Amino acid sequence: MLAFTLRRAMQAVGVMIAVGIISFSMFRFAGDPVNQMVAIDTSAAQRAEIRKSLGLDDPVVVQFARYFGNAMQFKFGVSYQFRQPVADLLKERMPATLELAICATILAIVFGILMGVYSALRRDTFVTKILQAISLIGISLPTFLIGILLIYLFAVVLGWLPSFGRGDVVQIGWWKTGLLTASGLKALIMPSITLGLFQMTLIMRLVRAEMLEVLRTDYIRFARARGLTTSAIHFGHALKNTLVPVITVTGLQFGSVIAFAIITESVFQWPGMGLLFVQAVQNVDIPIMAAYLLMVSLIFVTINLVVDILYTVVDPRLRATISRPA
Amino acid sequence: MSDAIVPHKADVTHQSDAGTRRARLQYGRWLGRAFESDLFYSFRRSRVTMIAAAVTALFFLVAIFAPFIAVQNPFDPAQLELMNSRIAPLWTADGQAPFLLGTDEQGRDVFSAILYGLRISLAVGVLGVLFSGTLGIALGLIAGYVGGAVDGLIMRIADVQLTFPAILIALLIDGVVKSLFGNRLDAASTLGVLVFAIGLSFWVQYARTVRGSVMIEKNKDYVAAAQLIGLPAPVIMLRHVLPNAMGPILVIATINLALAIITEATLSFLGAGMPDTMPSLGTLIRIGNNYLFSGEWWIVAFPGFVLAALILSINLLGDWLRDALNPKLR
Repeated sequence: MLAFTLRRAMQAVGVMIAVGIISFSMFRFAGDPVNQMVAIDTSAAQRAEIRKSLGLDDPVVVQFARYFGNAMQFKFGVSYQFRQPVADLLKERMPATLELAICATILAIVFGILMGVYSALRRDTFVTKILQAISLIGISLPTFLIGILLIYLFAVVLGWLPSFGRGDVVQIGWWKTGLLTASGLKALIMPSITLGLFQMTLIMRLVRAEMLEVLRTDYIRFARARGLTTSAIHFGHALKNTLVPVITVTGLQFGSVIAFAIITESVFQWPGMGLLFVQAVQNVDIPIMAAYLLMVSLIFVTINLVVDILYTVVDPRLRATISRPA
Repeated sequence: MSDAIVPHKADVTHQSDAGTRRARLQYGRWLGRAFESDLFYSFRRSRVTMIAAAVTALFFLVAIFAPFIAVQNPFDPAQLELMNSRIAPLWTADGQAPFLLGTDEQGRDVFSAILYGLRISLAVGVLGVLFSGTLGIALGLIAGYVGGAVDGLIMRIADVQLTFPAILIALLIDGVVKSLFGNRLDAASTLGVLVFAIGLSFWVQYARTVRGSVMIEKNKDYVAAAQLIGLPAPVIMLRHVLPNAMGPILVIATINLALAIITEATLSFLGAGMPDTMPSLGTLIRIGNNYLFSGEWWIVAFPGFVLAALILSINLLGDWLRDALNPKLR
């Protein structure tokens, strides 16, 4: 078990180093950092001086070591567009993205499980057919189309919800939250639905498939024979056993939620990290792109690591296969 | 066996005019086999699949013949009249012929723009699938057939890439390539960059599937026989092993076509894809999105509907193909 954890942690470090190399090469070789920083009439001598002060004349290995060392302390350089340290920009934008991602995930879990259980228990009803049609649409429609549709319906036609931004925010320490004001909560509704819809359909399909499988097993039949109530069987026994894969998938998907927030944030002009990244891609702002890649990779790798280790803790059957030599 | 040794009576009697006749016979047999196959049977049994196939085929046809159907060439600024901007669809009170679905800000006919946009979306999708498929199949074949350290390296890269969503990788590649060329790309090269970015984002699934099939197939007798008669490894891989892994590849390719089209549309929507001068469906939706609040709903609604219908029908085809080719479900 300890050996597995260590090996898995080593792999995670390896991935981060690989991502670091990619991120550094983007930073160093894609476009000339000096050209991005100076005006057109800057003389060659001044350019050389800037080049030297940035350390761009040092050997590549030294530069990489410095980049990595700085990245460890969350120093990612200065953005070409904003002329501000990238770390400050990311720190300012992160709460918005995290609040959106967490709300979307909660929404997806609650409705996904409810819809999945319902469609597994009442298989051939009209409502189930509608739910399945919704899940097909959720998987097929591109995220930005869903967002545009919601904006048209609830902001343009009905005028109930704001179409862009976060509403009023409250400052708690360095964390700006929109969860404490009415306009902030209102602004959160449509982006959360847009971002969570794909996850919701995924969870619904998973819960439905797992439920159908579990309901066929012997211990459920035995529970029926013991005369337990239907609700005790369905929720106490069947649903509980479907939750392990649901938790795993949701955990692993949280990274994707943050990545897909790029699209949702662009549709709703939500001032998060994703919007920052898209603007960076449009304006070829390499420091932001490189830093975003590093940050998101760190989140991904950490989540994967934690889920993998938790999984073996939760499910004893897996421990047996891991300790056996492959 | 007996066919090979004793020739058919039909073959002996008709040997004189064998040329054309055999060609026709073989063509007929091939078509007949397709019509009698299990696949075609399950296709005919499912009405949803037939509709999805018809819709997909229709989209491909109108995309190919776009210049003959469209009333103008939306990529040619000389054909656009600013006088004709923001005309509502034909059936509304403000409609004007020949603009069936209305026009946008620049006087571009929405119907024509959709046809040409569909062309670009489908081209990027198909080319992206071909590129990622070729790359993934090649790497999967090599990993599975050669094994050892090569296999380890390829599959480790695949594992790492699989942890990241394809859209993020495509965005990054797109951004980096554009920064290398200093944002001075013309529309045609942008299309190439998109195909490249999408291809590099979607190869992993092919590689994993092909590798799995190769690992199973390479220990079978027919591969040993091919090795014994001295066929070179590339020939064995391509001519003998690969055809046996074709079923799952076809399913992945169909589903990935939908994914590639979504990815291209998303990149274009985010402003990192096709430019306004040569718009794809995603670009049209981005342009139209700006006019949602001023009441010109048709500029965004029709491209959005076409994109949704296209992806939905390709997905339905993919779902059907996956079930039909899965022997467990028969």
